[in-house]
Formats: sequence, C-alpha cells, structure tokens
Amino acid sequence: MLLDDMLEIYGYDFTEYSKASLRRRIQRIIINDKPASFAEFRYRLKNSDAYFSHIVEEISVNVTEMLRDPGFYKAIVEKVIPVLTSYPFIRIWHAGCATGEEVYSMAILLREAGLLHKSLIYGTDINPAALEKARQGIFPIEQLQQYSRNYIAAGGKNDFSDYYTSNYRLVKFDESLAKKMVFSTHNLVTDSSFNSFQLIFCRNVMIYFDKKLQDRVLQLFDSSLEHFGFLALGAKESIRFSPIASNYSQIGREKIWRKKT
Amino acid sequence: MTTNSRIVIIGGSAGSLQAIFKLFTGVEDIKHIAIVIVIHRGQVGEQGLEEIITAKTGLPAKEIEEKEIPEQGCLYVCPPDYHLLFEKNESFTLDYSEKVNFCRPSIDVSFQSAADVFGSSLVCILLSGANSDGADGLAYVKERKGITIVQNPEDAEVPYMPLQAIHRNIADHIFTTSEIGSFIEGLR
Repeated sequence: MLLDDMLEIYGYDFTEYSKASLRRRIQRIIINDKPASFAEFRYRLKNSDAYFSHIVEEISVNVTEMLRDPGFYKAIVEKVIPVLTSYPFIRIWHAGCATGEEVYSMAILLREAGLLHKSLIYGTDINPAALEKARQGIFPIEQLQQYSRNYIAAGGKNDFSDYYTSNYRLVKFDESLAKKMVFSTHNLVTDSSFNSFQLIFCRNVMIYFDKKLQDRVLQLFDSSLEHFGFLALGAKESIRFSPIASNYSQIGREKIWRKKT
Repeated sequence: MTTNSRIVIIGGSAGSLQAIFKLFTGVEDIKHIAIVIVIHRGQVGEQGLEEIITAKTGLPAKEIEEKEIPEQGCLYVCPPDYHLLFEKNESFTLDYSEKVNFCRPSIDVSFQSAADVFGSSLVCILLSGANSDGADGLAYVKERKGITIVQNPEDAEVPYMPLQAIHRNIADHIFTTSEIGSFIEGLR
C-alpha cells in the first residue's frame, strides 16, 4: 500500500525491491519516527514532500566503505586499470554510490596509476542527501584505520594519509580528487542510460532488488558499457543467471566481468 | 520446499563453531530439512567455512547465494558481513544495511525474518556466544509459534548468549549439543 502511494504520488517505484529488506527498512522508520498510527504515517507520507524525501533517504541503504574487499580492488588495479590506460578519456560510473566512499577509492587508485587527469567518475544514487555528503568528501574518522588497512591490502602505493586531512572526528579527502567526480541523482528502476562507460561499479545495490529488476538493471548496464568494458559487482552478486551473462567473461574469481563484444 | 517442511536456523557467536561440529557428529540424515547457519565470524581469513563444516560433519554444506531457495538435505552458511533475510517465496536475500547489536550478520535479524515467512515450521537454535544477539529474535520466533532451542549453558563454551534467552524464558528446550543433534535427526 505504501509502495503504491510512493509510486503514484511521487513516481518512485519500490515495488520490485526485495520485500524482506524493505519491510525491515520501513519497520525501522516507524520505530524511529513513532507515528501515532499507521494511518498517520501514511497521511504524512502522502501529503508532505519533505517527509517523503526523508522516507527515501531512510529506505535506501547507505552503508558503504572505502576499498571494501581489498582482493577485489587488487584485481581492479592489476587487471582493469592497465586496460583503461589505453583510452584517451576514461569514463566510470558508480551506480548506487551512496555517500561516495567507493568513488573516492577509485579516484585514489586512478591517481596512483597516473590516469586521474584523463578520467571522469560519475557517482549516482536515488538519495540526494547521501550524494551531498559524497560531494563534500567528508567522512567520519572512526573507520579510517580500517580503510588504511584496506588500502595497503589492495596494493596502495603511498601513505593513505596523504589523501586526507583530519579535523576532530572527521576527515576531508583531497579536493583535487573530487574535481574529477560528478554526482547526480539517478534511479536505476526508472531512469535510463545517460552515457557510455568503460567501467561500471554497482556493488551491494542489486541485492535489494528482486530477480526481475536485477535482470533489467543488468541490461541497463549492458547498454551503458562500451565494447570490452568492465562491470564490477558486490562480493555476493553475480550476472551468472541473467540474460546478459553470455556476452561477458569473468576476471578470475573476483566479481568483475568483461564484455566480450 | 513445501510449506510444511522444516527449516532449522542455527545462530551463535564465540564458541559456536565447535558446538556445530559437535552437534552434527553422528547426525547422518538431514534429508527432510534445510539447515541454515548464521554465526558471527571474522570478515577475512575464514572463507571456506562451508568446506570445513563438510569436512568435519560429512554433510553437504554451501555458502548461501543471493535469491537461492533453500533445499532439504543441505546445510547453508551465511556469508560474513551480510545480514540474511528471507522472502515470502522462501528465497534468501542478503542485506548490507547497518549492523544490529554490533553484528552483521545479526542473528536477531535472521530469526525475525524467518519467523515472518516460516511461522510454526521454523526451528531456531541459539548456541554459545558472548553477546546478546539472538534473544530478541528467538522471542519473536516463539511468538510466531516456531520452536526455540537454546544450548545448555553448562555445555556452552561461552554461556552468555544462551543465558540471555534462558533468562527471558523463551526457550522451548535447553539442550546439550548431542541432544540438539538427536532432535535434528528426529525432525521429519
């Protein structure tokens, strides 16, 4: 019922999201916001744009980290970036980037390969508040130790602290990294392809979609990837049973696939 | 799986892996049930837990795949650093949202989600551990008429987790690992 309201009034379609995850997100909102009744909750959702934005922000999962799964990033450095070198201009899309930690991760790796100057990284998400954080490049300090360890394990060349300055409990990443990024809202459910890319990341996003929507989103990526482009997914995601699988070959055991033609 | 068949979810933390090896010793037949293991473990270095479980127990174990539907006769292992949820069609969904009780996977999250889907055909077992994850979920399972089993604290390497459930009086059975093994073998 709530999902129908959101689709009809606001044009946001959550009906093909995984119901088990959605149910948890909505329960969480109700526990936090404590509406007097379900009817009141629904009324606010239907009649207040601001409340609707709040719901979108809360429904979307914004948990992310820098250089998550170092083995995966090592493969990006060793198998993917060397191929990107040959392009005069590199376009990368992080779909569902949340607060942008992975976009900054990629910018750092491109800089270390001497490619950042000729790259443009697009970060998109349905949650505008998360994107605003991404634009600022300011992250809480608590996880920095983990990120430094990830950086070393991924084969980082420098000292990770070269890339940020810390201030109390926050760190700000080097603004020259953000200069090569474009953040914008994009809804994978309803919006179409907006450019062509040599590399698309979409990690731990499709786990929240049902199978049908997963297949459709993979087709969107397929049509947004150049010939021989790369698609990088989360540790537990796969294109194996999707319609696009036959035109891709996996890079080793990592969740990276390369388009054949 | 048909709706009448049993699904067993085993949750645990510190000391639970040894308990799992012990409880499956001598269990030869899990043909009629699907078993899902949700335990807290390190993010790295413990890949291949399913191989270890198969080697130690002789039962077929595999890591859960996104949107896979559990089948009888198999032991499924929740991957590290994801919550495990269940869809209405009984398939698994992995979820990378905020930690619950400082844990991902959280046992509470899996127990609750499974209780919504499987109701009275669900069996949840809480083993050894050093935090309170699992007790809320177990209470919810009981509310939904599922069967709740807690490892006997005297038998548990770290009794804190089972004790949280026992103090709330939500355990249908308090069993040692060998009693849990016989119970599982008796499920049809």
